[in-house]
Amino acid sequence: MGAQLRVYRQKIKSAQTTKKITRAMELISASRIQKAQARVAASTPYSRAITRAVSAVATYSNVDHVLTTEPEKIERAAVVIFTSDRGLAGAFSSQVLREAEELSTLLRSQGKDVVYFLVGRKANAYFGFRHRAFERVWTGGTDQPQFDTAKEIGDALLEAFLRNSDDGGVDEIHVVYNRFVSMVTQVPEVVRLLPLEVVEGVEEPGAKDVLPLYEFEPDVETVLDALLPVYIESRLFNAMLQSAASEHASRQKAMKSASDNADKLITDYTRLANNARQSEITQQISEIVGGADALSSAK
Amino acid sequence: MATLSVSVVSADREVWSGEATQLIARTVEGEIGILPGHEPLLAILARGEVRVTLPGGEKITAQADDGFLSVENNTVQVVARQAGLV
Repeated sequence: MGAQLRVYRQKIKSAQTTKKITRAMELISASRIQKAQARVAASTPYSRAITRAVSAVATYSNVDHVLTTEPEKIERAAVVIFTSDRGLAGAFSSQVLREAEELSTLLRSQGKDVVYFLVGRKANAYFGFRHRAFERVWTGGTDQPQFDTAKEIGDALLEAFLRNSDDGGVDEIHVVYNRFVSMVTQVPEVVRLLPLEVVEGVEEPGAKDVLPLYEFEPDVETVLDALLPVYIESRLFNAMLQSAASEHASRQKAMKSASDNADKLITDYTRLANNARQSEITQQISEIVGGADALSSAK
Repeated sequence: MATLSVSVVSADREVWSGEATQLIARTVEGEIGILPGHEPLLAILARGEVRVTLPGGEKITAQADDGFLSVENNTVQVVARQAGLV
């Protein structure tokens, strides 16, 4: 009987230690969400300005540019997957990977090859475990993304995009990341980055509106050449920031429910331990009473 | 008199925004001055300063690297990867 009590006590101890860890992680994430959200908000003017400029060029000029025109035949598509470096964040990484798998299936059914660019250690581990090939991987700092990383990814993507498809270049770039909707909701989102598809926030010029005639300096092609890498970087950076905010939010949520579960376990095991202790005492009393009875009747 | 509404934006934050009467920037083709009523423009900026004259006559100078300038409907946006007030 005593052994059982000891086992329960051990379990309570272990649940308490786990709870300390999960509680600490919950608090850390909670404090970092604010910061991550503020960074998303701070980077919005930049991406909005660039989006406006890109849509201006795309809407008000009719230049043929590699980056805006749809290739006739798409042989290879690149998929960029934004996951986290660390786990313990609920379904954060797995829901993005699942979405990416669905996208890959769709792309393959259209007869396209898929090459992967991965961000975050979790994606790396996922692909490594399954012995699947990927083009490049960036790890470290997914919870506090730097603009330089976005630039690096953008450069690599653009380089692959501008290469001929015979030399392993890609004709299409998709991005999969977790969009931060609110503290409780993060939605995995798929966006086609290139060729430019829908530029969000563009007002379609009405039939009666006179289109402003843009002047480009030095000329349209040069402006496009300079603008589109910047556009890609800003979109990637935005995706990274959103993903970081989502990571913190989903970790906070996961750690909160872990702490709650630990609480429940502690309550349950405390009850069982009390029960075990009580029955131990009862048994000891009945043994003593029984022993005393036997002694007195033996006289 | 009409004014320009100017915003200077860098990758991670909005550096400055407000009303102005004149803006002078350095594009790859040379310096350009923007006054209210300027035609829509999209230009690539060269490394250098952007000088903004406020309605009160004060002047603000911002450093902008690697960016572009867009003018539309008296709204001027100076967008650069790295930008800061001098």
